[in-house]
Amino acid sequence: MRLELREVSKAFPGVAAIDRLSLVVGAGRIGCLLGPSGSGKSTVLRTIAGFERPDAGEVLAGGELLSGRGTWVPPERRRIGMVFQDFALFPHLDALSNVAFGLHAMERDGRRQRALEMLGLVGLAAEAGRFPHELSGGQQQRVALARALAPRPRIVLLDEPFSNLDADVRTELAQQVRAALIAERATALLVTHDQREAFAIADEIGVLRSGRLEQWDVPWQLYHSPATRFVADFIGEGTFIEGTVLGPGRVSTELGVIEGQLTTEQPPGTHVDLLLRPDDVIHDDASELRAEVVERAFRGAQFRYKLRLPSGTTALSFAPSHHDHAIGERIGIRLDAQHLVGFPRG
Amino acid sequence: MAAAPSRLGPAVAAIAVALPMLAVLVAVVQGATGADAELWAHLREHVLSRVVANTLILVLGVVAIAATLGTSLAWLTAACEFPGRAFFSWALLLPMAVPAYVLAFVAVATLDYAGAVPTTLRSWFGDGFPVPPIRSTGGTIAVLALASYPYVYLMARGAFLTHGARVLEAAQSLGLGPWAGLFRVAVPLARPWLAGGAALVAMETLADFGAVSVFNYDTFTTAIYKAWFGLFSIETALLLALLLLVFVALALVAERIARGRARFSAADSGVRAAERLALPGARGWAAFGYAATVFALGFVLPAIALARWAWDVAAIDLDSHYVGYILRTLGLAGMAALACLGLALVLGYASRVADGVVTRTASRIATLGYAIPGAVLAVGVVSALGAIDLRFRTIAGGEGLWLQGTVFALLLGYVARFLAVAHGPVLGGFARIRPSLEEAARSLGLSTREVVSRLHLPLLGAGIGTAALLVFVDVMKEMPITLMTRPFGWDTLAVRVFEMTAEGEWERAALPSLAIVVAGLLPVALLTWRMERAARAA
Repeated sequence: MRLELREVSKAFPGVAAIDRLSLVVGAGRIGCLLGPSGSGKSTVLRTIAGFERPDAGEVLAGGELLSGRGTWVPPERRRIGMVFQDFALFPHLDALSNVAFGLHAMERDGRRQRALEMLGLVGLAAEAGRFPHELSGGQQQRVALARALAPRPRIVLLDEPFSNLDADVRTELAQQVRAALIAERATALLVTHDQREAFAIADEIGVLRSGRLEQWDVPWQLYHSPATRFVADFIGEGTFIEGTVLGPGRVSTELGVIEGQLTTEQPPGTHVDLLLRPDDVIHDDASELRAEVVERAFRGAQFRYKLRLPSGTTALSFAPSHHDHAIGERIGIRLDAQHLVGFPRG
Repeated sequence: MAAAPSRLGPAVAAIAVALPMLAVLVAVVQGATGADAELWAHLREHVLSRVVANTLILVLGVVAIAATLGTSLAWLTAACEFPGRAFFSWALLLPMAVPAYVLAFVAVATLDYAGAVPTTLRSWFGDGFPVPPIRSTGGTIAVLALASYPYVYLMARGAFLTHGARVLEAAQSLGLGPWAGLFRVAVPLARPWLAGGAALVAMETLADFGAVSVFNYDTFTTAIYKAWFGLFSIETALLLALLLLVFVALALVAERIARGRARFSAADSGVRAAERLALPGARGWAAFGYAATVFALGFVLPAIALARWAWDVAAIDLDSHYVGYILRTLGLAGMAALACLGLALVLGYASRVADGVVTRTASRIATLGYAIPGAVLAVGVVSALGAIDLRFRTIAGGEGLWLQGTVFALLLGYVARFLAVAHGPVLGGFARIRPSLEEAARSLGLSTREVVSRLHLPLLGAGIGTAALLVFVDVMKEMPITLMTRPFGWDTLAVRVFEMTAEGEWERAALPSLAIVVAGLLPVALLTWRMERAARAA
């Protein structure tokens, strides 16, 4: 069901954890709040779940008011499932009983059947009789998801669901979680500080900073047309170079005049900081433009070079791994920007 | 947390749980300060100097010997390898099952002039053979130390096992041999644990009533008993009780100082067992001999003596009266265990959902009893309930005792003394329930009450069992509160032991003692089972 937050604020002594936050996750969509630690992501989830009482604003699920305007629905009556960072599996119950825990309104047979169905959905039907401590971290995570989904909640919340897991299982697990959410036609909101997780699982992503939403968009847009400097910095890698707007789609920089579509049109003469993604800076031995290698990191298929431009500004560049250059070497580069992202300097 | 269930109810309940303890303490202080100058002068002249000197010598002697025994045995079983080490590491806890008063009368019966051991020695070596008198300060200290060293042993062993291995290896890499490592690293590191163990020993010694009674060694507890049952002066008893509390407070302060700024750090499991220091040949057998002697004196020999005597008198003594003793003992222990458990759950739940100054203070007061000697609590209970009875009589008329001398008074004393015993495991159980589990349960649609019944209680299971068992056994062994507040005719096994030993009928005291020791083995077995499991997990 559709999840909606309207101007929700929540302050803890000394800090505002959430500041007039509004967002909508459409029914059956998977949303994600992305932000550094301390940005208030978890507080947003806990507010939606009902573990925190917001100071102001409204929370709605499927059009029903859960909190705000004098209404307060306690967490146990919200029908909002949650997957916790530490999974919070009940240690005294096996996997099946954990999943069946929230089905107390159903009769015995139905309960068992639904719990088995959910364990099957996350690929753990064979582990039904195992206790939490007998399961791997990834398996516990999937049991926690099955438990949250079993009572057919209106919305499922996932709090840093992969942060307690090894890096090599995260991506695969994220795909499984996405598949399970889609199979259940669940509306979900997860929070994470890891953009790869966010990209792997979410339809739409909101970038949160100090309790405020900087941008809510599909992943491609966040990367290629960040709305704020913070989003540009936070999502993907990149550096800024100074430039001056010459006219529509033309910016003059120390690397020459760059042509492309500016995401937000600026009047000629405006001084801007132009975002350079590593994939915008192409290594080209034939190019006149030269930059000095100051850092190099071998990444298997490619090198990630940190380059110093003539003005002293740094830029990042990915180069195929057979282009092996030493630190201090001056290499040729050219720019290949499809669209320009520039923020007025000030 | 704003959305948490109501905090007011649990906080009020916590205060209610603390009220009895508060009433008892107030009664002691009020009664004692109300004593007149003449009584005070009499006490000072005839009683205090002897009782104070006796108590001080006893506590210092017992703590010194128990600390030496406990620490050395813990080091041997935790960090050394010698014949029988695995067996002794748990067997040395068994003396915990023998109450000091049982050990005391067994020692007096066998080692006194007419006892079996001196008689045998004289028959071998002639009548002039000197046997040190057991009924002496030294004998009293030895018996109490033998009964209480397991507290130090348990704490020290935990400390040595926790960081003994790694720290000793570090010391060795810096050029310290294993024995230098013991005194320069392991013991200083274990200081908070050793101080904690020594403080427990001091508390037990200050609280002891039964053993010093057997030895006729006057301390505060026996003086309180005599003041009341001999002189019928509750004021004197209350005054002595208050003074004893001062000593308890001093012991607690001493522990704080001894512990220093060090803190107990949680024993982290998964530390691999240390490469133990092998004691070859004669040194290994010397360690064996030492451990075997302590084990024999503290448990095996007393147990054999009890079993023999009990067997001898069982045919005559074991009659329908015993059914009564046993039923009353089990009934009281059961009721006290249930009461303590229920109240501990209230306190634990309150701390969980309404943590704050109020709840914390209430918990602190409610669980003070474990540091307060039973004799003090007994006179406090009698005095507090007597005051309430007086109020009742002025309102309702009549001459009856409504509360004083009832089972309620007895239970009140037990709860005041042993609530802390139940509180520990229950609180530990609550602490292991992560807050996210409660939130998960609520997000799955459980109400506050269902969270308690479907989450808290099942997860507390083991902690609840432990708490009930510990209180149950402690009440079975308890002597001064039972003796001083029981309703007429409510004789328990411990009361029977007291009465038989008072008359020097050692054999007849053995039968109830044996029952108490067997019950006392249960928590020790639980403890050793836990230790083994922790050792296997590491």
